[in-house]
Amino acid sequence: MEPHYSLFYVFHFYLFGAISLASAITFVTRKSPVTAALWLVNTMFSLAALYVMLDAQFIGVMQVLVYAGAIMVVFLFVVMLLNLGHPSELADARGKWWKLAAGLVGLGLLSEMMVIIRTRLPEQLLVTREFNEQQLQKLNAVGTIAEPLFKDYLLAFELTSVLLLVAIAGAVVLGRGRAAGAR
Amino acid sequence: MLVQAVASVALQDHALSGTIAEWVWLLPVLPLAGFVINGLLSLSGAHFGPDDPNAPGHHPPSEGTAGAATSHGEEAGDAGDDHAVKRHRWAGATSIVGPGVLILSFLLALGIWQAMAVAHPEAPFIQSYFSWMPAGGLQIDAAFQLDQLSMVMILVITGVGALIHVFSVGYMRDDPGYPRYFSYLNLFIFFMLMLVLGANYPVMFVGWEGVGLCSYLLIGFWFNDKVNADAGKKAFIVNRIGDFGFLVAMFMLFANIGVLDFAGVSARAGDLVAGSPLVTTICLFMFLGCTGKSAQIPLYIWLPDAMAGPTPVSALIHAATMVTAGVYLIARSAFLFSLSPVASLTVAIVGATTAIFAATIGLKQWDIKKVLAYSTISQLGYMFVGVGVGAYVSGMFHLVTHSFFKALLFLGSGSVIQTMHAAYHQTHSHEDAQDMRNMGGLRRYLPITWVLMWIATLAISGIPPFSGFFSKDEILGAVFARAHGSTLASATWLGIPGGALLYAIYGIGLLAALLTAIYMTRMMLYTFHGPNRTGVEEAKHLHDAPWVMTGPLVILGILTAVGGWLNLPEVITDLIPLGPSEILSHWLEPVVGSATARVAAGATHVPPTAEEALMGVAVAIAVVGIVFAIVRLKPANVPRKRDAVPEHGFEGVVANKYYVDEGLDRAIVTPTYVLSRSFLWRVVDNGLIDGLLVNGSAAVARGFGWIGSRLQTGNVGIYAWALVVGVLAMLGAFTLR
Amino acid sequence: MLAESLALTAALFIIGVIGVLIHRNAIIIFMCVELMLTAINLTFVAFSRFYGTAGQVFVVFVMTVSAAEAAVGLAIIIAIFRHRQTINLKDINLLRG
Repeated sequence: MEPHYSLFYVFHFYLFGAISLASAITFVTRKSPVTAALWLVNTMFSLAALYVMLDAQFIGVMQVLVYAGAIMVVFLFVVMLLNLGHPSELADARGKWWKLAAGLVGLGLLSEMMVIIRTRLPEQLLVTREFNEQQLQKLNAVGTIAEPLFKDYLLAFELTSVLLLVAIAGAVVLGRGRAAGAR
Repeated sequence: MLVQAVASVALQDHALSGTIAEWVWLLPVLPLAGFVINGLLSLSGAHFGPDDPNAPGHHPPSEGTAGAATSHGEEAGDAGDDHAVKRHRWAGATSIVGPGVLILSFLLALGIWQAMAVAHPEAPFIQSYFSWMPAGGLQIDAAFQLDQLSMVMILVITGVGALIHVFSVGYMRDDPGYPRYFSYLNLFIFFMLMLVLGANYPVMFVGWEGVGLCSYLLIGFWFNDKVNADAGKKAFIVNRIGDFGFLVAMFMLFANIGVLDFAGVSARAGDLVAGSPLVTTICLFMFLGCTGKSAQIPLYIWLPDAMAGPTPVSALIHAATMVTAGVYLIARSAFLFSLSPVASLTVAIVGATTAIFAATIGLKQWDIKKVLAYSTISQLGYMFVGVGVGAYVSGMFHLVTHSFFKALLFLGSGSVIQTMHAAYHQTHSHEDAQDMRNMGGLRRYLPITWVLMWIATLAISGIPPFSGFFSKDEILGAVFARAHGSTLASATWLGIPGGALLYAIYGIGLLAALLTAIYMTRMMLYTFHGPNRTGVEEAKHLHDAPWVMTGPLVILGILTAVGGWLNLPEVITDLIPLGPSEILSHWLEPVVGSATARVAAGATHVPPTAEEALMGVAVAIAVVGIVFAIVRLKPANVPRKRDAVPEHGFEGVVANKYYVDEGLDRAIVTPTYVLSRSFLWRVVDNGLIDGLLVNGSAAVARGFGWIGSRLQTGNVGIYAWALVVGVLAMLGAFTLR
Repeated sequence: MLAESLALTAALFIIGVIGVLIHRNAIIIFMCVELMLTAINLTFVAFSRFYGTAGQVFVVFVMTVSAAEAAVGLAIIIAIFRHRQTINLKDINLLRG
């Protein structure tokens, strides 16, 4: 069913997958928030590469621009603002028994997911690669996303923009501080 | 009228439709109205609190046997009485309403009877008023059934009832609870009529329970004396045990046949296998109900104690009507009992055993009412023998005649007790007015009562031509006839062949007749003959009762004398042309005829000469008994009660009723108390139900609440943990499914 | 590639969950949540490759919402830090009821 992938493709797929996985594990085990944030950025980057390899080029670019470039930057700003970078003030993670329990819970969830992943989706929904190529030709990369976004999912789009507006306003209000809030 | 319009249309073409029989509903409604009116009168005139005339101390009850505190029946012209008794405010109105509704009912009953005699209906006349219990497969209507059998009972109930009501006007004259008494009495008649008029077992059961209730109310009428209240309680509780049997029988009947109305069950009785354990079990449970209501072994123990109530109550309820309900039930269920020889034999055996057992106790009783109580139990045993051997007509015949002479005996004793009481009251003595040892030679003072009570005594002993002879002899003759060849004779009871049992029952019946003659004559001798032991002072105040009381006695005496003509046996009428024979048999033929034939099928026909011989034997035994009593029991040798010595040995056992009550107390009552108090109350009620279930469930709920409150830590990290663990669990459910 | 992508997704998601459970520093927990959302993005993209572009549209939405949520959440953290001078979850228990 799946087309034959070249070795080049498969190698790089596994490479980026390994990098993202390793980065994620490293991210979780860091004590310092700054270090952790940077490792997360690394994870984002490798995932962006994966997106591109999965024929979602626009999404890949968005991942770099929005996630790695904006969201993680905001995180780092906040860490700097709160002056949390010094190891002496760092808050510990929970004790080792907690970690063990967390590991078990995670393992349990993972195994459950593995079982559930086996479900089959109906074959009629499959689209062929040629179809994707056609779409790409017709609308080019951005268009393949934009067309459903503004046609089929217009309502969700509008609601999301309202959500963004509300979030901006909320963030501003919440971050203003006491003296400013009294006014 | 509305009621007739509501009545079922299905019986439009019955012979009795459109006649006065459609007013049959009025028969019980009249006493019910009497109950309501008298009850309201009683309540409106009630003085509660310190003025309560029923309070102890106001009218001190007399000592001695239970509840001898009768009213202070003063003659209007009896001067010199320093204790002026105030009658109830509404006594006059009650005197009219109370007996009045009964007399009206009786007249209506006569009218209905006339209509029936003219119409000769073959099928019962059923009036269905409304659908009482429609529940799935169960369809029970509130319906009355009028047929020959219920007609007989109605006439007895309303007729004898009316006479007793009139008697009570005199007997309870000065009782402060006068309207209450009549309201209870009317209520009793209402329930009793419902019992005999019911067209199905549940309606009958309503009446059954109701008469038990009224019996309790009336036995404990003078409830301020604890002994009376206890007697009422005992009667009710023992009755209840019997009612359980009746209910189980009804349940089984419904479970197996599906209908509970007499017509339906009778029609489908053919579906039941004759002699099967099912029919036998149903009949035996029903008979358990009868032993409770009609005071047979083992549930007879309440009847002697019930003498604590006023004497007219004893006459009505415990002689003429309520205790006969059991006999009526069996006659009514003849279609069931005739299918089960084992159950019928059981009925007969229990009846015979009770007859002789009670007769032996009656020989040694000193309280005049107790003698009559045991006599009632014994005669009821005869009736059960009658219906037990399938001679339903004979049983009903004895029921009717027994109501006459037993009511006469009780009312007569009531007159005696009342005048004794008045006499003792005059001299401020505290002797027992009911004990025969304080009586004697009363025939000089109460001649009319004496004559009438002798008529009743001869009747109960079975001396012709009084009614008791015919009815008792008919029962014994039926037993003898069926002892060879009938379905009963061919059945076995616990391995003993039925024929032998029936012969034995016959012998027991004769022996009980002998004992009956003896103890009844003894009663008459000690009460009315010989020297007077009451005392010289008191004797001046002894006299016959006023006519309001003696009148009904006379009427009952006449009925006792001529009652035998209801069912003269053919053997006699062939010899001596006394009149129409077997009136009652022909009257009851449509109702119990087929059942009687089924039981007696194959019985060898007793030749007339043998029948006459048997009758002669019965009469001879009765005469022997009377003569024996007159010769051996000398009234002059009887000491007064306060000089009496307690009995010894076997005589003492008999005098103490074979210690049955004490035995039951020790065997059943006390263990039940102990069980209730120490186990059921402490452990189950306090510990289990209160502690574990009620408080325990509250504690569990509180525990859960405590756990829940501990979860609200405010720690967001813990919340995240809870979230993830919850997801784990939910996904687990999906994966494991 | 679908199976491998989904396996990677599951692994990344679980790592994020473990991170949420282990850490007590509010910011790190937040970043673990972002990791979880990214894993979900990968799921959608992997599926969209074989089942049509609707998956990628959904990724747009997820990203947008994630951004909004990050902004507001960080503002809250700042506000709490100003108030309590700590972002250790142990000390933030105002929700206690």
